[in-house]
Amino acid sequence: MATTTSAFHRKIEVVSPTRQRVMGILFILLGLALVFFFTPGLSQGQVTTFGLSLATSDIQLPPWQVHTLPTLYGLAVVSAILGGIQLARGFGRYTNWVLGLVVGFFIFGFLVWAAAGKSLNLVGMLNTTLSRSVPITLGALSGILCERSGVVNIAIEGMMLTGAMVSALVGSITQNAWIGLLAAIFAGALLALIHAVLSIKYKTNQIVSGTVINIFATGLTSYISAKFLQVNQALNNPPTFGGTPIPLLSEVPILGPVLFNNSIFVYVMFVLLIVLNIALFQTRWGLRLRAVGEHPKAADTLGIDVFKTRYMAVILGGMVAGFAGGYFTLGSAGRFDEVMTAGRGFIGLAAMIFGNWNPFGAFGAGLLFGFADALASRLAILGVAIPSQFLLMAPYIATMIVLAGVIGRARPPAADGIPYEKE
Amino acid sequence: MNPEKTPQPPDFGKLVLEEINHEAAPPPQPERRKRGIPQSVLIPLLAVLTGLIFGAIFIILTSQEVYNGFGQSFGAGLTAMWDVVARSYTALFTGALGDPVRMINALQSGNALEIRRAFNPFLESLVTSTPYIFAGLAVALGFRAGVFNIGAEGQLFMGAITATYVGYKLVGLPMIIHLPLALLAGALGGAIWGFIPGWLKAKTGGHEVINTIMMNYIAFRLSEWLLTGPMKRPGSYNPVSPEIQPSAWLPRFFEDPIRFHLGFFLALGMAYVVYWFLFKTTWGFELRTVGSNPYGAKYAGMDVTKNTVLAMTLSGALAGLAGANEVLGVNHSLAMAFSSGYGFDSIALALLGNNHPVGVVLASLLFGTLRNGATSMQLSANVPNDIISVLQAVILAFIAAPAIIRSLYRLRKPAEGEGMITIKGWGG
Amino acid sequence: MTPILELRGITKRFPGVLANDHINLTLEKGQIHALLGENGAGKTTLMNILYGLYQPDEGEIFINGQKVTIHSPADAIAQGIGMVHQHFMLIPVFTVTENVMLGEESTRFDGFLDRDQAAARVRTISEQYGLAVDPYAYVKDLPVGVQQRVEIIKLLYRKADILILDEPTAVLTPQEVEELFDIMRSLVEQGKSIIFISHKLREVLEIADLITVIRRGRVVGSVRPEEADQYRLASMMVGREVQLELERPPSEPGEPVLEVENLLVTDELGQLAVDHVSFDVHSGEILGIAGVQGNGQTELIEAITGHRHILEGRVRLLGQDVTNAPPRVITELGTGYIPEDRQRDGLVLAFPVMDNLILRTYYKPPFARGRRMEWETIRQHAEALVKQYDIRTPSALTLCSALSGGNQQKVIVARELSRPIRLLVAAQPTRGLDVGSIEYIHQQILEKRSQGVAVLLASTELDEILQLSDRVAVMYRGQIVAIVPAAEATKDYIGLLMAGVPPEEARQRIGRKPVEIG
Repeated sequence: MATTTSAFHRKIEVVSPTRQRVMGILFILLGLALVFFFTPGLSQGQVTTFGLSLATSDIQLPPWQVHTLPTLYGLAVVSAILGGIQLARGFGRYTNWVLGLVVGFFIFGFLVWAAAGKSLNLVGMLNTTLSRSVPITLGALSGILCERSGVVNIAIEGMMLTGAMVSALVGSITQNAWIGLLAAIFAGALLALIHAVLSIKYKTNQIVSGTVINIFATGLTSYISAKFLQVNQALNNPPTFGGTPIPLLSEVPILGPVLFNNSIFVYVMFVLLIVLNIALFQTRWGLRLRAVGEHPKAADTLGIDVFKTRYMAVILGGMVAGFAGGYFTLGSAGRFDEVMTAGRGFIGLAAMIFGNWNPFGAFGAGLLFGFADALASRLAILGVAIPSQFLLMAPYIATMIVLAGVIGRARPPAADGIPYEKE
Repeated sequence: MNPEKTPQPPDFGKLVLEEINHEAAPPPQPERRKRGIPQSVLIPLLAVLTGLIFGAIFIILTSQEVYNGFGQSFGAGLTAMWDVVARSYTALFTGALGDPVRMINALQSGNALEIRRAFNPFLESLVTSTPYIFAGLAVALGFRAGVFNIGAEGQLFMGAITATYVGYKLVGLPMIIHLPLALLAGALGGAIWGFIPGWLKAKTGGHEVINTIMMNYIAFRLSEWLLTGPMKRPGSYNPVSPEIQPSAWLPRFFEDPIRFHLGFFLALGMAYVVYWFLFKTTWGFELRTVGSNPYGAKYAGMDVTKNTVLAMTLSGALAGLAGANEVLGVNHSLAMAFSSGYGFDSIALALLGNNHPVGVVLASLLFGTLRNGATSMQLSANVPNDIISVLQAVILAFIAAPAIIRSLYRLRKPAEGEGMITIKGWGG
Repeated sequence: MTPILELRGITKRFPGVLANDHINLTLEKGQIHALLGENGAGKTTLMNILYGLYQPDEGEIFINGQKVTIHSPADAIAQGIGMVHQHFMLIPVFTVTENVMLGEESTRFDGFLDRDQAAARVRTISEQYGLAVDPYAYVKDLPVGVQQRVEIIKLLYRKADILILDEPTAVLTPQEVEELFDIMRSLVEQGKSIIFISHKLREVLEIADLITVIRRGRVVGSVRPEEADQYRLASMMVGREVQLELERPPSEPGEPVLEVENLLVTDELGQLAVDHVSFDVHSGEILGIAGVQGNGQTELIEAITGHRHILEGRVRLLGQDVTNAPPRVITELGTGYIPEDRQRDGLVLAFPVMDNLILRTYYKPPFARGRRMEWETIRQHAEALVKQYDIRTPSALTLCSALSGGNQQKVIVARELSRPIRLLVAAQPTRGLDVGSIEYIHQQILEKRSQGVAVLLASTELDEILQLSDRVAVMYRGQIVAIVPAAEATKDYIGLLMAGVPPEEARQRIGRKPVEIG
């Protein structure tokens, strides 16, 4: 352990001045970008309209109208001022909050510009954001469970894909979405068990083991799909979970349609989020799990069974991933298509890192990525000249930036990816 | 142990060492090569064999006929089991290597087209193997240098894009210039896609596994945009690039339907170059040292940063060549999502080949052959070709956890450590 | 009276090694029982058996007269046995309380952590035994000495009666050692029993009630400290009368080879590690750098050899400025460097011996022509060195990982000394080695000195420094507090300087006249 902070060591540098400067310049650049990219071509007096209710809601709020140009200039000025303050004396440990604020300004500015002279339904947009974030967040939670115990899991994608296939198949056969969902969870657990045996018992490189699962899942699902699902459509026609509005709450303006008019996957995601957060940081179970992921030998010497803990964590993670797989078939498409998860598991992995291995951080990242997704599909409708592909690249680029440590260092559990040798 | 031969005065240190050092030299180990096949060869072979057995079980389990057979009687069930496996694997191997009967008949008939058709399966297997060789070499080179390039897929895609662009955009060049240029462009495209995560790892410590995965998806999105926008074939409704100029095609050796082209020999040549580079040059020595022990490399005065970036860049270039090879040799244009999971497959290839160029070539030939044969297995035995992925996964699992193979076949554990891959998780 | 702990006939075999050979050991209640032995003698193995980390092949364990079997640390904890490991078993990102409670958590409604209750217990324990520590501090922010206290609190929290301390002083300064000894005395006064593992004779004589010496997995004998002295213990440890004085011809220092001026260097965390250090090393002399681990020696050596950035000051090698020069330039000017961590830095364990023997010269003729490696030459070179330096290896193609520690170090020594060098930098060249290898390496270093090589030797083993050095520089908190000629360098004097006592005061304490510093 490199913690030899003896008393005589003088701190030579406390905060990195480079980072302070980089951030300040970034804030100012974002402010300038608002002006240079978005204001040209707009005319004085143009108005952006944001819808605040869904057409189906009982209570209809009047749309929110903002004056496009003044809003953009206002956002730009505030961003630049924040950048100036950052350069002059810095926000210290609040820097990341200010960064979030400025990025938020930029995104809002973008929306104001994109919908200039038109109307954008903000509530619908947020609702889409939330539902798009579900598989990403669930994938991230699956990853957190595994990696907090010290097992790297790049097989979330494969587990999700298998969950999706199995839930479609079992759901179709039983004509019961719940049984389909249970089967998906079970399938995820089974794949996770393989990952666990390979990486815990046989001490295989965990990335290789994850690769095994991913190749296997792709092959298995496509095989079953080609052999059975495509030949016999009755096997690929599961019942789905529709929207389940929560009585009363779903009628609350703005929040209701966004939060409380969703499928059970959204609600379960929220429950899992809270439960996992409490379990990890406030319970004996979580303390031990994290101890195993940080310093397995220390945990072992205190009588904690490292292998058992890791098996449990990985299998629970697989169950979450399997459940997330069910979202694709039972929660949205209503059928299974080959490789339908389309890399959501990997974005989940990214969200996990982005959120610094914390459930709520991962949810935040999931929302951000879901937002990019939701926005991309609306760009064409709004007639914006930016190719949606660039917007869809943003989450990946953002993850790489976070990983590079530009915005604070993402710190994985210390024993993440290292098999435990019990001498 | 070395007997003391030199007429030295009795060395006190040595005497004490004899007496005290109970962990002195290990007992002389039998040279592994002397006794039968070394495990580094035996284990991959057994893994492949076990993989095929698993595949058979999988086929049986998903076969309606087998269940029908057992419905009638136990014997009928067994017969059905045998039938379905025999039919599938026969189709697989004739599809991959050709039907000997047909070959002989064709040769006797003297019909040129029929001869080409009869021998096509074998040559087509080589065509399928070619991109595997490039991509497998890419990942193996990375492993040797201690980087886990899980992004061969994206690099391959970028290589395909750049090679395609050079291939259709430059008009009127002679082949001797155009083809190398297009190949070079492919290598460059992949190299850039490898360089970025390599640089990020060296400079910021960002783990290359995550970064290359992210780069894969950026590459997909980029190609999606290019093929629906700037690189779209005029007048086409599909996202497909214009056709590559024939002057940039990798020349084919036979007439249709044989697609066997120069790329295969380029791949073999590249395998030799990688071998020579890794094991015969100081560049390779540095790369392998950095991969095996970066601290030791630093102590030895090597530039760890430079070598990490170099390894990722070269790895990317090789993967880029795989992409270029496909568009210049087989497809002659770039369509969206033409790549079929090369990224993950190439990891399996590198590991199956023990990260050695010769091993990678053999592993690629095997996987290419299986993939190619699976297509005809799908047609004639109604076994979807995705079975190959299942097989591949099983083989990879056994390679990665040789203890399973050892316990299955009662092999002894080798005296020395496995020393397969030393890549850690994202920690630190 | 029944002893609190009794081990009978404990035997443990590892492949090729008999680590413990029918060991008997008895611990009385309220006793500090020292287990003394060289590195690799089998002390840690024995304690790992007692703590349930290993299973013995033979033998029995009795606690309070009852026969017990210990299959896991959990069993050991249940039997009242606690162990402080040589490498701390603490989780840096957890707080003191979380580390202490882990495995035995205070909870509310079964499952939810009650950190405050646990913290209160930590506080009670720390007051009772004089183990000052903040229960809410993060372990990563604590100095090593305090981390060790956390380890002890962990044991007391589990109500351990038998405490095993495995080499607890290795990482401590002399003051921290004294503090630890005070804590140990307070623990036995309150009825605890302690097994104290060490290979440091002086410490064992100071603190133990009974000393059991282990050699090559066997108990050599038990003595009371008042019946023993350092020489007797040392001979029990190594099985012969140790030659504490090495034959050393007088040095004939020549021109300065290495000149270090006002060096300022920081560690990984950007904290000052080497604080304006100046000295020079002449050809044909050995300058020893003494000091407790972690006083800047590591950083100093790394800076001189080009592996660490120098913020201020100059390093001159043979009159040439090599401040912040690349390691390779420094090597090529004629520097041999035996690094502190041989397995991490000095070798590529997965490579054959012959590759390791050219690790620093692989790019030069005759090993490489242009970019082409000359493997045949390299193999011949390796075979010659294996013979000359008596490296015990089946062949030059054997992987270094298959060699013993002593032979691995010989590979490094062969590589560094077989080149024509003017300066040899040796950092902890004999750490963890058996006596035979140590003497061999010492002789090699002395031979280089007599050939006119300038030697800079950094070691935390004071005996090693005193045996080899012509002058001794003492480092304390990043500074060189004194440079003492060999004639004046007694163990007491240097020991006091290492402990941070100012030179004047140290001289007065040992009752000697001041000597020239320089």
